[in-house]
Amino acid sequence: MSEKSLNLNLRVWRQKNADAPGKFVTYKLDNISPDSSFLEMLDLLNEQLIDSGEEPVAFDHDCREGICGSCSLTINGIPHGKGRMMTTCQLHMRSFENGETITIEPFRAQPFPVIRDLVVNREPFDKIMQAGGFIDQRIGSAQDANALPISKETADKAMDAAACIGCGACVAACPNASAMLFTGAKMSQLNLLPQGQPERYKRAINMVDAMDANGFGNCTNIGECEAACPKGISLDFIAMMNRDYAVAKVKRFFSGAA
Amino acid sequence: MTSLGKKYIMAVSGLILVGFVIGHMAGNLQMFLHPDWINAYAYKLQNLPYGLLWIVRLVLLAAVVAHIVTAMLLVIENRRARPQGYSVDKPIQATFASRTMRYSGVILLAFIVFHILHFTTQHVHPEFRDLYRPLEGVGTIHGAYDLLEATGKNHVHDVYSMVAIGFSAQYWYISLFYVIAMGLLFLHLSHGISSMFQSVGLRNHTWRIRLDRAALVIAIALFVGFASIPVAGLLGILPYQDMVQGVHHMHPPTTP
Ligand code: HEM
Ligand code: SF4
Ligand code: FES
Repeated sequence: MSEKSLNLNLRVWRQKNADAPGKFVTYKLDNISPDSSFLEMLDLLNEQLIDSGEEPVAFDHDCREGICGSCSLTINGIPHGKGRMMTTCQLHMRSFENGETITIEPFRAQPFPVIRDLVVNREPFDKIMQAGGFIDQRIGSAQDANALPISKETADKAMDAAACIGCGACVAACPNASAMLFTGAKMSQLNLLPQGQPERYKRAINMVDAMDANGFGNCTNIGECEAACPKGISLDFIAMMNRDYAVAKVKRFFSGAA
Repeated sequence: MTSLGKKYIMAVSGLILVGFVIGHMAGNLQMFLHPDWINAYAYKLQNLPYGLLWIVRLVLLAAVVAHIVTAMLLVIENRRARPQGYSVDKPIQATFASRTMRYSGVILLAFIVFHILHFTTQHVHPEFRDLYRPLEGVGTIHGAYDLLEATGKNHVHDVYSMVAIGFSAQYWYISLFYVIAMGLLFLHLSHGISSMFQSVGLRNHTWRIRLDRAALVIAIALFVGFASIPVAGLLGILPYQDMVQGVHHMHPPTTP
């Protein structure tokens, strides 16, 4: 072990279910290696809790390598913790001080109700995707993708948008619980490419409508989402969404569809 | 109305108001010239043809109402979307200005109401309605002098003295309120002028920093330009300070 181990105070949000009131409970956890990841640290906390006959803390995780978007947590007030461009599973204990009190809260947003402890329901993101986060394509009839020339700049931009892992940190970081960074990224990754053109404007309207219907707030252009996003998704994609939606509405108006 | 619809309304109404404040400030700076300048300017605005004055007023009123009503809807919805905050709550990078738009906005609304009662309807100081003075014909760009001189009735409302007295040391608290309000306008616009481009989708990462800086420059210029007038009035250092009429020897208009 390279550095000496950490003794920590963990102030963790405990809540039985969506309807029960939650509260913070503070646990002491000693001898944590600075090389362990944040989630490994929580695993050790849970072992300690199970050993003493208490309920373990529920938290989301899956890949533990920053690609699946399952892990969440607001750590000392910042979704995914203070490390820039990383998920909670990529955060290591060496970023904390010995003796530090770490406050761990669930992502907070009305559309993301707490299921238990630190686990929230991010299903509204699925609803937004189902509203337009896809292209229509007959099975088996897709042409060779390389047959469609796409400029490097455009391809890069679409890839940047597609880097979104749907974790919800943008919503959690936003004081308005706005989902515009997620929706902007998921819309633009398709709207930028030729394959996304046929449904471009229908997609813009349907995804924004789904976003609103699920109770997310309104963007005030303060940029907290971009700063918290583990994939560095840019506010540019919100601007693209704003533009596509405006064009979609104008097109719809002049086509007489209201 | 959809979330983005509301953002567009904020941006468009904000743009109208920004355009107005830039023009208003440029007009006000005539307080640093001979009294004829601002008095002839005010005369000209009051006597615009085709009811243009009222058209402009109605557009501004519509913009203010749209801006405030939409702001209230946004604030209510945003509170509802985030009913529970964090126990550790500190922004990662958001500016103070961007997080306090609703508060700077509300105080600006109070300012707008007071300002209209102060210098437009003059309810705050009804005696200001009796301030008149003849144009001296020092030569302004407004052309009011030649027009009025020909009719022999060149007494106009003495806006110059009204503003100078309104900001004089005896009303120091009013000057102070104006300077504070202009500080809040600076805050509001240092975020708003760049934000409105994002809201309508006309911004990207290259233009974001440029627009942020341009917003800062415009907001500073507006603050300095606007605040200079109450400050100069308070200190009694307008270049033509000795031409300010006392409220006690006001001239009645030559024609009622
Ligand atoms: C009358 C009282 C006012 C209130 C209550 C108010 C409130 C607000 C609020 C809540 C926002 C949205 C903040 C955000 O989305 O981040 C906003 C944005 C803005 N305001 Fe105001 N404001 C007022 C007056 C003004 C004035 C006098 C001006 C211009 C001189 C102005 C210019 C702007 C601009 C340019 C924006 C940005 C719009 C955008 O983000 O698209 N506001 N205001
Ligand atoms: S935009 Fe970023 S923060 Fe938001 S869901 Fe996608 S990856 Fe997570
Ligand atoms: S667990 Fe998959 S991204 Fe963190």
